[in-house]
Amino acid sequence: MALTSLEEILADTEKKSIPFWEAILREDMAERNVSRENSMKKMTDTWHAMLHASDSYEPGRKSASGLTGGQGQRMEQYCQTNQPLCGPFMGQVIMEALKTAESNACMKRIVAAPTAGASGVLPAVLIPCYREHDIREEQIVQAMYTAAGIGQVIAARASVSGAAGGCQAEIGSASAMAAGALVSLKGGSGKQIVHAAAMALKNLLGLVCDPVAGLVEVPCVKRNVIGAVNAISSADLALAGIESRIPPDQVIDAMREVGDKMDSSLRETGKGGLAATPAGRAVKAPGDF
Amino acid sequence: MNIFDILGPVMVGPSSSHTAGAVRIGYTARKLLQDKPVEVKIGLHGSFADTGTGHGTDRALIAGLLGMRPDDTRIPDSFEIAEQQGLVFSFEKIRLKDAHPNTALLTLRGESGHCLEIQAASVGGGRIMIRRLDGIEISFSLEKPTLIVNNEDKPGYVAKVAALLSEEQINIASMQLYRNHKTGQAIMVLETDQSVSEAAVSSLAGSEGILKAAYFNSEEV
Repeated sequence: MALTSLEEILADTEKKSIPFWEAILREDMAERNVSRENSMKKMTDTWHAMLHASDSYEPGRKSASGLTGGQGQRMEQYCQTNQPLCGPFMGQVIMEALKTAESNACMKRIVAAPTAGASGVLPAVLIPCYREHDIREEQIVQAMYTAAGIGQVIAARASVSGAAGGCQAEIGSASAMAAGALVSLKGGSGKQIVHAAAMALKNLLGLVCDPVAGLVEVPCVKRNVIGAVNAISSADLALAGIESRIPPDQVIDAMREVGDKMDSSLRETGKGGLAATPAGRAVKAPGDF
Repeated sequence: MNIFDILGPVMVGPSSSHTAGAVRIGYTARKLLQDKPVEVKIGLHGSFADTGTGHGTDRALIAGLLGMRPDDTRIPDSFEIAEQQGLVFSFEKIRLKDAHPNTALLTLRGESGHCLEIQAASVGGGRIMIRRLDGIEISFSLEKPTLIVNNEDKPGYVAKVAALLSEEQINIASMQLYRNHKTGQAIMVLETDQSVSEAAVSSLAGSEGILKAAYFNSEEV
């Protein structure tokens, strides 16, 4: 069984009385023909790689283009010396999103989740939960299975590539995955997980992929912040018992339709949107052969 | 896509297609050369040519040629490491007909004199597609365990390879045959369900009429 429907996974888990993440774990064991321990070790290693990316952040490092670097540290200093409007937890989330996304732009090691350009979203919500709240590593790993399952369904029904579906397919998908992961961490139901994912994706529907000079930097780094922040509000909506009026699978199908209708200049070609502004055009991709 | 294609790969940024995929192309080229590369000329086509430097595509390709994987933190320093290891490289922008926008054309020479020309595309999420080997148009992805055999275009070689795999209890999942009339050479690309042992690959590589044999397991590239 390939994972192609959030509603099918939900029905399956309710029938078997298992948590949402357990269904994703079993699917991986069957697909790759590996043991439970093998799969969970790989997921734990993936989590450690996310943590390591945050820990090894280098504020002084700049990307090859010079467009990216140092913002994560700036946010960190702001959080230490001020009271962020959105509160200390959200301040940490914003900082973590910037750190990983900047590390990616600066050729450091990250975890694509689901893509390198959107790699900051999931760690941005998981790391502050792990560090600030009383959350065990085991729970984080379970939440990552939840996130991966949501991403897999989105990849099957729509796309997780900016070139195919615009930024909604990258940051939007990452945000949906992170929202589901948060509900999972907070002990929400399977239904709350899929509705959190649906609401997160809905909020970012239509987001175009318009990277300046074709590089994974502007606006990608800061879009990781909106993906993370949106995931938290969507998770809270779902945990409050609020549902998406449009069923989760239909939201994903709508994302695909919107992506198909998106002009190619707005799908990772660096030719439309912010990339086509006078300031965007003034930035040239670095170097030449 | 498997869940670890969604949460993963663990990779050096900034782009799965322009960086991780480029490392894989370089790594694949090294392995198919079956020699330590000492000289390489790299042509970059399309988006690889336009945004390659900003994405580290150039450094990623060299890193792969040095045997690094997409998660190797030395990728940004690959030019300096190549210099230390005696790999001479050059880049140029090229225009290919009907090629994927993220395509590289590599011409390699190895320490023992082996040569290889390989054209490959990075098709998204770090996945790659090999499109041309020594002038022979081909198409394979290395997503499954894959055995690539380069042989003289004469009767009996398919049977020989199939017999060897049968002896090893290996099931062939798919098989493709390609040939170049001009050079009289052929290429077999076999995807297998089980892993092929190193011993089997080297016994194949050493047998008469087989010019090269290379094997990639699914976790490798």
